[in-house]
Amino acid sequence: MKKSAHPDPFEKARLEKGYGEMNDQDDPVTMILGLKDVRKCAHNWKSFQSGATPGRIVVPSEVNIRDTRQIPFEVDPPAHKGYRDLLEPWFKRPLEAVYQEKLKAQISDIVEEVLTKDTVEVVGDFALRLQSRALTLLLNIPYQEAETWIGWGTHVFRSEDTALDGDKANILYDYIDTQIDKAIENPGDDLYSKLLASEINGKQLTKEEVKGVMILTFAGGRDTVINAVTNAIAYFAEHPESLKQLKDTPEITGKAVEELIRYFAPLTHMGRVVTEDTQVCEHAVKADSRISLCWASANRDAKVFENPNKIVLDRKINPHVSFGFSTHNCLGATHARQIMNILLSTLAEKVTSIDIVDYKENIENLGEFKRKVGYDSITVKFNA
Amino acid sequence: MAKITFITSDKETIIVEGTSGSVMQLAVDNNVQGIDGDCGGVCSCATCHVHVAPEHVEKTGKASEIEQDMLELDDNVSEYSRLCCQLEISDQLDGVVLTVAK
Repeated sequence: MKKSAHPDPFEKARLEKGYGEMNDQDDPVTMILGLKDVRKCAHNWKSFQSGATPGRIVVPSEVNIRDTRQIPFEVDPPAHKGYRDLLEPWFKRPLEAVYQEKLKAQISDIVEEVLTKDTVEVVGDFALRLQSRALTLLLNIPYQEAETWIGWGTHVFRSEDTALDGDKANILYDYIDTQIDKAIENPGDDLYSKLLASEINGKQLTKEEVKGVMILTFAGGRDTVINAVTNAIAYFAEHPESLKQLKDTPEITGKAVEELIRYFAPLTHMGRVVTEDTQVCEHAVKADSRISLCWASANRDAKVFENPNKIVLDRKINPHVSFGFSTHNCLGATHARQIMNILLSTLAEKVTSIDIVDYKENIENLGEFKRKVGYDSITVKFNA
Repeated sequence: MAKITFITSDKETIIVEGTSGSVMQLAVDNNVQGIDGDCGGVCSCATCHVHVAPEHVEKTGKASEIEQDMLELDDNVSEYSRLCCQLEISDQLDGVVLTVAK
């Protein structure tokens, strides 16, 4: 097994029954594994809702560490639409040339920097820094603010010994409260101020709603982007020919981004709460129980993807669900895609090879399954 | 060379010409509103949904099964729906009229 490989632990269950089961803090989850079933359930927001108790659709559940509803993520239609329509133009800003130039400068800087070092621990010293700095662009706030977030470490909700850490989560929530108060006193061109000045159906957003959007923006794009960036570095370390392929044929970069994101599925799954007694994959699920949409499993469904466990950099048809599907598909996807696109072209341009020195995999425990989602740490040497 | 007409949800008509690549890319390059092409054309984001004029279905042909599966759950789908990232520009498409779904 290669160090950069991410095996598919779901194959047998996906083929035999189409679902898996895991417990999570005594609130069990039926995991939906096939691509078609995942899409259908994601689309059916009436039977499988997001607007449950805040934190409950996340696995592991955040019910015990969070009361604020994440917006628009934990709101169902029709109320969802007002929020989503308000946020969509802001989160499409990464398509603008000036945004891309700034992001390119940031990524170029950090790649140049790691090339001068003997070894680099990618998760903490590369991916976290890159992700935090890029987030200042998405929020449209000063670059220096990234230092605060880098100081929080790699996980906002997790600490070394527990999957959920209320104290760590409070650091983020308190920080956001402070930033909202600052923006009220001193409005600017940042996302906080923009939200505070916004109305939906003639009603100004409350502080709690603004907080809900900001928590989502911070939490949704942190571990996911860090995993995508780190896993890409590990992949290129073991596939220098892929770096060369990107250098020689830069027109495949967009396809390569989608393929890496399909294969890595940086977010394994997302939950929904069942609103009525129903069935998934001919399996009865009860009202008020939970299902999860397992993006990671769906992305390896051989009914749709040829050679699903192989990275085919220029894969032409790639209907993966790493950014979710339907109503709640990832709001930050445009930003994430730009980060990965620019990272790949910068690596192809400046780096010829990467050596893995040491690594420790991050394995998620999902009931009957164990899945590698990334690395706790991975030390490498970048070579120009 | 193919002349392609896009009609946006604001009823704006945009006529553009292309020789190669995907119809989605042509639309993005010409800022056709409602065609985002977020995934770059690999059939994963469904942000390039168009309705082919019924009399022009012969020019575009039918959607593949994978494309149909994507469209099936999209808003505003019809029997004339296509994801235009899956339409390759060729002479065969000349004159086609596409109404943007979003």
